[in-house]
Amino acid sequence: MTDLRQLWIVVPLLLGMTCAFAGPNIQHWVTERGTRVYHVEAKDLPLVDVQLLFDAGSARDGQHFGLAAMTSGLLDKGAGDWNADHIAQRLEGIGAVLGTSVSRDSASLVLRSLSRTDILKSALETMAKVVALPRFSEMDFFRERKRVLAGLRRFGELPGKVGGQAYYQDIYRGHPYGHRVLGESATVAALTVGAIREFHRRYYVASNAVAVVVGDTSRERVESMVMELTEKLPAGPPPEPIPQVDLAGPGGTQTIHFPSRQTHIFSGMAALNRHDPEYFALYVGNYILGGSGLVSKISGQIRDERGLAYSASSYFAPLAEKGPFTMSLQTRNDQAPEALAVLRKTFVNFIDNGPSEEELTRAKKSITGGFVLRIDSNSKMSNYVAMIGFYGLPIDYLDTFTDKVNSVTTVDIRKAFHSHLQLDHFQTVLVGGRSQSHGN
Amino acid sequence: MIRLIFFLALLSGFSHAGPAVHERVLENGLKVLVKEDHRAPVVVSQIWYEVGGSYEFEGITGVSHILEHMMFKGTKNHAPGDFSRIIAENGGRENAFTGRDYTAYFQRLEKSRLRISFELEADRMRNLQLDPAEFEKEREVVLEERRMRTDDKPRSKAFEYFLALAHTNGGYRNPVIGWPVDIRGLRVADLQEWYERWYAPNNATLVVAGDVDPEAVFSLAEEYFGPLPSGDPVQPRIRTEVEQLGTRRMTIRLPGELPYLIMGYKVPVLKTAEKEKDAYALEVLAGILDGGNSARLAGRLVRGSQMAVSAGAGYDLYARMGSLFMFEATPAEGYSLSDLETALKSEIRELQTNPVAPEELARVKAQVLANSVFERDSVFYQAMQLGTLETVGLGWKRVDEYEARISQVTAEDVLASAKQFLVEDNLTVCFLDPLPMDLSQADGSELGGGVHDD
Repeated sequence: MTDLRQLWIVVPLLLGMTCAFAGPNIQHWVTERGTRVYHVEAKDLPLVDVQLLFDAGSARDGQHFGLAAMTSGLLDKGAGDWNADHIAQRLEGIGAVLGTSVSRDSASLVLRSLSRTDILKSALETMAKVVALPRFSEMDFFRERKRVLAGLRRFGELPGKVGGQAYYQDIYRGHPYGHRVLGESATVAALTVGAIREFHRRYYVASNAVAVVVGDTSRERVESMVMELTEKLPAGPPPEPIPQVDLAGPGGTQTIHFPSRQTHIFSGMAALNRHDPEYFALYVGNYILGGSGLVSKISGQIRDERGLAYSASSYFAPLAEKGPFTMSLQTRNDQAPEALAVLRKTFVNFIDNGPSEEELTRAKKSITGGFVLRIDSNSKMSNYVAMIGFYGLPIDYLDTFTDKVNSVTTVDIRKAFHSHLQLDHFQTVLVGGRSQSHGN
Repeated sequence: MIRLIFFLALLSGFSHAGPAVHERVLENGLKVLVKEDHRAPVVVSQIWYEVGGSYEFEGITGVSHILEHMMFKGTKNHAPGDFSRIIAENGGRENAFTGRDYTAYFQRLEKSRLRISFELEADRMRNLQLDPAEFEKEREVVLEERRMRTDDKPRSKAFEYFLALAHTNGGYRNPVIGWPVDIRGLRVADLQEWYERWYAPNNATLVVAGDVDPEAVFSLAEEYFGPLPSGDPVQPRIRTEVEQLGTRRMTIRLPGELPYLIMGYKVPVLKTAEKEKDAYALEVLAGILDGGNSARLAGRLVRGSQMAVSAGAGYDLYARMGSLFMFEATPAEGYSLSDLETALKSEIRELQTNPVAPEELARVKAQVLANSVFERDSVFYQAMQLGTLETVGLGWKRVDEYEARISQVTAEDVLASAKQFLVEDNLTVCFLDPLPMDLSQADGSELGGGVHDD
């Protein structure tokens, strides 16, 4: 209570800040061939971040689990008349960094380069060829497949990886979000170059692309950059939406025996997509429940009160279709039943009673007072704008963020949690060694 | 290749220097460094203490780290948990990290709230209250952290054992998180003593970066930290690692899926090198081997011969004491750990025999130059660099020398450093040779699983 005085000082500062530092000036347009472009000019540093995102994540794998990841991973291993060495040398010789990555929803290429004209030109030339004219040679494919298979084997020695995958499988039962982004050993071993070429042809098309450019460049320059990056891609039709998540069916608990000292626990259900009107109520509510690190209710109960875990939290991972709400922790094997009971009880208390007004006020101050920290560098800005662009969120998402957080009420949170989360639908996965009494 | 060299020549004429660093030392010995960055209305505040895992000795390993945890558990003026709650309510992000050479605490805040951070940090620098009940809970939290980070990760575990074999008496022998038996044995009195010895303004550096005015930061620092009394001057004991006298080898057997190779050569770092040029040459050498996808390990072992599914090399230029030039690799199917060791050594021999190509050297330098711009995008990273260099005793000014010193390194320097330092007698090798993961028998009890230390 003694801190309340301090809190009240903060409010006028916050209001002042909202005015002084509104969201970034995001320029948005769509090219003739359907690429959605998002540009933020930031001239303070002589660098440019370019992201090219496609709706070509692992949700597009079909039965070939791992296809999207393999396609993305092979892009910079050979393109046009260049092999992997040439591509890497061209980029690294000018200090540019190009990465590829895949998630359930998206496949992306991310470039960071100095903005000096000749350097940026060379970097973009490489990126353009990598995205449009990958070789997908047999030799590169066999090697990368071997590496992915080794990576998957390695996941098998980590209880957190084993548990995370079992959990997704349980909550998505046959939905394309249910398998690992990298695929499974059997499906990866069955991939073919033909399938990869086909995947690239189908999904790496201009009308399925979002381009994000943040940094030291003018609008005019960005227009020609995006033209260059997409001109060799087919216009293609954008793909059909992925199927909705079917929530019917009871929850359950799966226990996986594993030779580890800790049991990793995951519990939750598919819950939230990016366009959900109750997004902010759920976000703020979860911030209080388990999303604010050491000060959250879950961390308080599990770690502070009982010393049961180093890390205990809950989060929503919103996707194009319903992404999961997950509570998770890791604890010494013999403490797993106790920890799971405390986790459940904390959740049920929150569902039944919601947050108090005081908790909500604190959470709002914390979220809005730290808003600027989310976008205080070019790379963070670039990632936020990429998220806005990829999911087609309103262009003023960042400008209205603070207001939307502030307008959430305790009633909104209770309502939203009730309508999105039902404990009897929760899937729970425990991975660890058998409980034994612990001789200290 | 002319193209590459052309780029480099132009790059060198480019102005990369960031804004200046402002320095002030308070009367009680606290050094305050300020770096301005006005791109966004934010501030990062970090306080660095000259203490960490490498300052510890047998029996109390992990004391620095568990003390770091306890720094969030209350002072004479604040209840346990207040620190995190107040920072959170002010929209801040905060945490702390313990390394082998430092313990550091940080907050990231909207710029007008720096005062809140200073008030709380100044308070816990001298007024910590170590509550026995809180300590008992935190010991369990740290043991859980250890199980998560190390005990249940075969590679982390192997790395821990590797370091203990590579070092005989030096401070880099022990894991920063501590050996389990030491964590269990620590007493509140051990922490109290450690706190009193190392947590004082004259053993700390305060680094502030962001949208701030240096003079205003100095006076705010004076207001909150100025009144704190100095501690007794402390010098860590000199525990120079003894000469190695021959290759050391070990095999770790743990349930796992993939074999794994770790190799490390004892080498000097910038702080200990007789000739500083050697340290910078080793830094470039690490870049030649593992500076991206065009570097040798990716190009030759992962792609070329395809003996490895992954391979890496690394060097810590800014360690406080002599350290290791590291290699790690995972063999591809059909190759053994010995095959991979042989392949890595033949790469080393190549570096000891033939000068690296001009374009390879140019690439490393081009990356260094570009990175010096990229790094300026992160206010936090810039503060980290200043804090690290100051805390290991090199002084923050060394940050500014880096590009110039790297650009002076020649192919002959790289060859000479490979020849002088990557020698068999200074080598330690660890094979992680996985045992079958027998899931049906899994009991994972603290005494099972093939490891008996926990």
